Amino acid sequence: MMHDPEKSLREGSVSEEILQQWEARGIKRRDFLKFCSVMTASLALPASFMGQIAEAIEADNRPPVIWMEFQGCTGDSEAFLRANQPTAAELILDYLSVDYHETIMAAAGHHAEAAKHKTVDEYKGKYIAIVEGSIPMGADGAYCTVAGDSALNIARKVCGNAAATIAVGSCSSYGGIPAAAPNPTGAVSVSEAVPGATVLNLPGCPLNAENLTAAIVHFLTFGKLPATDRFGRPKFAYGKRIHDNCERRGHFDAGQYAEGFGDAGHRQGWCLYKLGCKGPETFHNCPTVRYNEGTSWPIQAGHGCIGCSEPQFWDTMTPFYRRLPQVPGFGIEATADKLGLGLAAATAVAFGAHGVASALRKGDETDTKVKKED
Amino acid sequence: MAKKIAVDPITRIEGHLRIEAQIEGGKITDAWSSSTAFRGIETILKGRDPRDAHHFVQRFCGVCTTVHSMASIRAVEDALKIQIPDNARLIRNIIMGIQNVQDHVIHFYHLHALDWVDIVSALSADPKKTAQIAQSISDYPKSSATYFKGIQDRVKAFVGTGRLGPFANAYWGHSAYKLPPEANLMAVAHYLEALEWQKDVIRIHAILGSKNPHPQTFLVGGMAIPVDPDSQNAINADKIALITKLLKNARAFVEQVYIPDLLAVAPAYLDWGGIGDSGGNYLCYGDYPMDNSPGTGSHYFPRGVIMGKDLANVMEMDETKITEDVTRSWYSNSDGNDGGRHPYDGETNPNYTGPKPPYDFLDTDGKYSWVKSPRYMGEPMEVGPLARVLVAYASGNQDAKATVDFVLNKLGVGAGALFSTLGRTAARGVDCLMLAQKCELWVQQLADNMGRGILEVHNGEKWDPSTWPKEAQGFGYHEAPRGALGHWIRIENGAIKNYQAVVPSTWNAGPRDAAGKMGPYESALIGTPVADETQPLEILRTIHSFDPCLACAVHVLDGRGNEIIKVKAL
Repeated sequence: MMHDPEKSLREGSVSEEILQQWEARGIKRRDFLKFCSVMTASLALPASFMGQIAEAIEADNRPPVIWMEFQGCTGDSEAFLRANQPTAAELILDYLSVDYHETIMAAAGHHAEAAKHKTVDEYKGKYIAIVEGSIPMGADGAYCTVAGDSALNIARKVCGNAAATIAVGSCSSYGGIPAAAPNPTGAVSVSEAVPGATVLNLPGCPLNAENLTAAIVHFLTFGKLPATDRFGRPKFAYGKRIHDNCERRGHFDAGQYAEGFGDAGHRQGWCLYKLGCKGPETFHNCPTVRYNEGTSWPIQAGHGCIGCSEPQFWDTMTPFYRRLPQVPGFGIEATADKLGLGLAAATAVAFGAHGVASALRKGDETDTKVKKED
Repeated sequence: MAKKIAVDPITRIEGHLRIEAQIEGGKITDAWSSSTAFRGIETILKGRDPRDAHHFVQRFCGVCTTVHSMASIRAVEDALKIQIPDNARLIRNIIMGIQNVQDHVIHFYHLHALDWVDIVSALSADPKKTAQIAQSISDYPKSSATYFKGIQDRVKAFVGTGRLGPFANAYWGHSAYKLPPEANLMAVAHYLEALEWQKDVIRIHAILGSKNPHPQTFLVGGMAIPVDPDSQNAINADKIALITKLLKNARAFVEQVYIPDLLAVAPAYLDWGGIGDSGGNYLCYGDYPMDNSPGTGSHYFPRGVIMGKDLANVMEMDETKITEDVTRSWYSNSDGNDGGRHPYDGETNPNYTGPKPPYDFLDTDGKYSWVKSPRYMGEPMEVGPLARVLVAYASGNQDAKATVDFVLNKLGVGAGALFSTLGRTAARGVDCLMLAQKCELWVQQLADNMGRGILEVHNGEKWDPSTWPKEAQGFGYHEAPRGALGHWIRIENGAIKNYQAVVPSTWNAGPRDAAGKMGPYESALIGTPVADETQPLEILRTIHSFDPCLACAVHVLDGRGNEIIKVKAL
């Protein structure tokens, strides 16, 4: 911090210089002093802190974040807590102002809701919305409510007024498991629920925290969201097929397959294609970034990829242990490489039907919205 | 005059929970626990491959990740009579054990501590005195005055920004906070330390399970992680050494930070040893098999049931006596009878009859929650670390007895204090310590097997669905961090015919039943003092002591809009 807390503590007042700066921005000194006073009081701090708060507000430019969970499992929040570069503590204390996140926030009930409304009002068009979990359209929204209001109403308000929305995990990106057949609650993605919002999808079940921090750092560094593929995923993380970067690819090419879990081939790291691996049809950077500080990832640990970063994977990639040609939509044997193209096309059709792709193309043109790179 | 308040969302939990409470004379006189989210995963499972179920049900919850996978594969293994290899038992024990240890520490520091610890107060602490306190209770090396001054400066700078992020609008300065500033500073330091620690120790899940949350090496019949000392693509000596190192770090933090903090904070809140009694019935399925014999006889935490706080009589648990009631839940059974049904015959047909959102209050005279009401012999049961530790203690488990007696002795309270909010929080520490001290044994045993050439991790005899009977049914259980977890599966023609999960937070957070009996959250809230009904900190304390997890099963609610609180006179 640039300011000297001890000095502020001693003086306990707001300097003339700061007041003049705020006046120059059109904020009356009385209003600014009142804000500092209310802030000081709401923090249960002695009045002598007021000067320090005034100085720090001056220096502080952390983007506000509202993190909402709807039909989720908190797995993406937990993934966030495992972030390493920077860590979750650094993100929460130094890089971002996480003004609302039910899992970690101290306030509860209406006090929590007030924090959310304050950020939406004061930083309209400037805050980042992060959404975890799908949004149910059934039963007039009663399948998921927070503080008595429906997920849909909340998402429309908060995402609709955000600079950008990051959909973390496959549920908010594409509907995820609640949207799996027969989709009992009419669950949809953020893009479907809030047409017009600028949404970056970070699918995965859960998402890889490194991809979230990378997306945030990208935003902080460049002031805009990264370039995306047709499913709204950033190319830096979802631009390549798992199969193409897989550490076991050499065994696939050599025809060396594990035939059963724990057999000699499995122990020697042979290809998991015959045990149901969906790597040939999945776009994600798991092989290079891995999880939990680069410790491992599913194929390294001996279990096939389940395709969790692809739209509707709970339906298109199951049964998980059947090898690819036998999953629904494929009646004939083909090489894994050809299949990749086939399934990608099939998911594109399914996805297009939900109108998400078209939603992504609009809505990012206004001044307060964040532009995506081409 | 009685007033009704709603707290929604209840934060620092998993999922969506709402508590409505009636307050009279500064105490809660009635309470309603409601889950406000439903996904229908049990319905989604119908017709799918039973071997896939664990991937689906693991997504019940990303906080208690792993636990539903465990219960699911055990349910299928029970249905198909599959015996798993010893290595799979050990790997599962290690994964479950470290999950429990890590989850409890996160709960204590990141979900529960702020109910007892006033962060703002820490700003006025003398770091030298904090160092003295820290050094008097533990030999944890990070305990110098310089260290605590550094933490205090960091928090000051953060608070000084005026943008408190997740720490804004809390009940700082509430009269129910009792710790001196120096103890608050110590707790804040450990809040930050635990945030670093948790991501480090859970790398064990990545090593054995590929990633966390949602490890991916569970398998019906065993595990998908290979073990082979002669391969660089399997668990080998290197990986065993890394797991062992991480487990030592985990245990050191529990022994040197968590438990000393728990014992240092508790004396300021001993009155909470008489608040939060859930009704006195406890159920534990038992877990952590110590050998590969069939049945539950070798479980480190024994199976059992305690009724009416009678620790002299631990009863045998019989899963056929479990029912779920949806009389007051937003479901309806196809035969029109919403009373108790065994999970094998359970249904999950949503029938929302509550107010159309946005709403201010639920109709608590009718159906009012997405959580069902499980009952054992018709009675509500508390599950969780307290139930687990009580059953172990009353069954004569030496480790449980020694640890519980040590804690009771240290706090100068009798066993009666266990049936409370404080007891629940203390029992979680006991549970955590017992498992932190046990995991290394399982790693040693795994290494020992590997050294003797025992490399099997999966029993594939029944992998092919053509080997299955036309019809089968099974019960899978697990003692998850939050307690007794049961999955019931019916398989027909190789596909899932019916799937029901009765999870810990369903037991604890469930609403009233047909007989009007309250669920444990509701019972525990009765009599809880509320000093300021616009700041119901005390509700959070008792609810958080259960460690709610509602994606698995429920938000405390307090109205919406601009009003400080919705209060209606009854």
